[in-house]
Amino acid sequence: MKSIEEIQHEIVEEFENLGDWVEKYNYLMELAKSLPPLDEKYRKKENLIEGCQSQVWLAAEYSDGKLYFQADSDALITKGIIALLLKVFSGQTPNDILNANIWFIDKIGLSAHLSPTRSNGLVSMLKQIRMYALAYKTKFNL
Amino acid sequence: MFDIQKVRNDFPLLQNTIYKRPVVYLDNAATTQKPRIVIDNTAEYLSKYNSNIHRGVHYLSEKMTEAYESARQTVKNFIGAAHHHEIIFTSGTTESINLVAFSFGEAFVEAGDEIVVSQMEHHSNIVPWQMLCERKNAHLKVLPITYTGELNMTALTSVVTNRTKLIAITHVSNSLGTINPIKEMIQFAHARSIPVLIDGAQGIQHQPVNVQELDCDFYVFSGHKIYGPTGIGVLYGKEKWLEKMPPYKGGGDMIKTVTFEKTIYNDLPFKFEAGTTNFIGAVGLATALRYLNDIGRADILKYEEELYSYALQKMQTIDYVRIIGTAEHKTSIISFLLQNIHPFDTGMMLDKMDIAVRTGNHCTQPLMKFFGIEGTVRVSFAFYNTIEEVDYLVESLKKVKQLFS
Repeated sequence: MKSIEEIQHEIVEEFENLGDWVEKYNYLMELAKSLPPLDEKYRKKENLIEGCQSQVWLAAEYSDGKLYFQADSDALITKGIIALLLKVFSGQTPNDILNANIWFIDKIGLSAHLSPTRSNGLVSMLKQIRMYALAYKTKFNL
Repeated sequence: MFDIQKVRNDFPLLQNTIYKRPVVYLDNAATTQKPRIVIDNTAEYLSKYNSNIHRGVHYLSEKMTEAYESARQTVKNFIGAAHHHEIIFTSGTTESINLVAFSFGEAFVEAGDEIVVSQMEHHSNIVPWQMLCERKNAHLKVLPITYTGELNMTALTSVVTNRTKLIAITHVSNSLGTINPIKEMIQFAHARSIPVLIDGAQGIQHQPVNVQELDCDFYVFSGHKIYGPTGIGVLYGKEKWLEKMPPYKGGGDMIKTVTFEKTIYNDLPFKFEAGTTNFIGAVGLATALRYLNDIGRADILKYEEELYSYALQKMQTIDYVRIIGTAEHKTSIISFLLQNIHPFDTGMMLDKMDIAVRTGNHCTQPLMKFFGIEGTVRVSFAFYNTIEEVDYLVESLKKVKQLFS
């Protein structure tokens, strides 16, 4: 498994090959469409992160010391960014998630989507990922 | 003669390029841009006359007080009120409604009484009444709407009862653009001695309003949606109601005498203007209203109507656009969905094409629920928008559709 740092570098490289915003968002939409569908058992209220603009579902599974995330959104662009976040975080250990410095969003010019003023559920999703990491870290004394 | 190019030049923000071209600002129902004269005038008052009103003996305070009271006069004339003391300056529509919900409620609403709102109201014209009803053990009743997005006027006779104490209804729907038959509503209510509050947040800037002709009991609106500054709004109330309503906030300037035993409240309008008011904002609002009068209200409204019917007709011909709200009488607002594309996605893409729109539920969740949707894309026009901008919007929607197919 690649480290969070390595994956961020990879994403940034991918985006550097893209031209204008049309290509960027086209790529995001492709990512969105390729995101594995959310297991229906997870599509429930407890996993829903409500934003004013779009909704996000997030579920976590813990196995062999690592956290695996599943997520979905009703908006395609939000879903594309979710796909990026899952690339980075899914399959990492709770400690690595908690210690991670996430810088790739800024670098690829999508930071507006993760600003607290945009209520699309992504900021809360990021917070929720860290909460899961903290919960499992505490539970298993990691 | 209405000169669109001259008008556009009056608004500095419209000259700005966000990404590639000057912004196509179609979020006017959220807030309007400010003409240079409002910006300059605000700066002038701040730099030459800033001083607290009604209190100082000095020259500056007198100048500022004069400007503030003259702003009240300008508002009074703009909406055709009978008296200047029927104009209360507030922070905006929301505060105006909260003021009436509290003060009217204190004076006139008892347990078991009813307040009537409609299904298309903005949360600001729902929640304050809910709070009042909770406080007084009263009931909130809802006038239903039809699938075209119009008030179901035939339901009025069953929703309004002899316990109804007030009807609060929007002039123009902020989500759909429907112009409600408020005059008819007021006549119906007055025949039963029920007062009516009109939420004019989306009405005042797009419809001629004369509160005496309408005979409404309250009319409320925000300054920032009619080309004035933020943080200033108006509550118009008939003297006969305002006189009987207790103050909403206590503080300075709203009193005549204060002892620890008893306070004698000041007269209208000061009774409702506790504390230091937004006097700079009031002057800015008056400047905006005078600006509209100088261009000519009738000309503005005529231009807006032409632009709107052009836009509506254009949008209606696009087969992948579903317009939400198809009332016969509409103005300035078009709410729609682009195929099955999420409104947020559409809005984000339009932003990249320098078009500013609003997406979401527009603070009307009950209305969205009625239509069975999460939200819409909303474009809302002002008199500085152009036919070319409408064409560009339509072209851009085509591009968005292609991007998502």
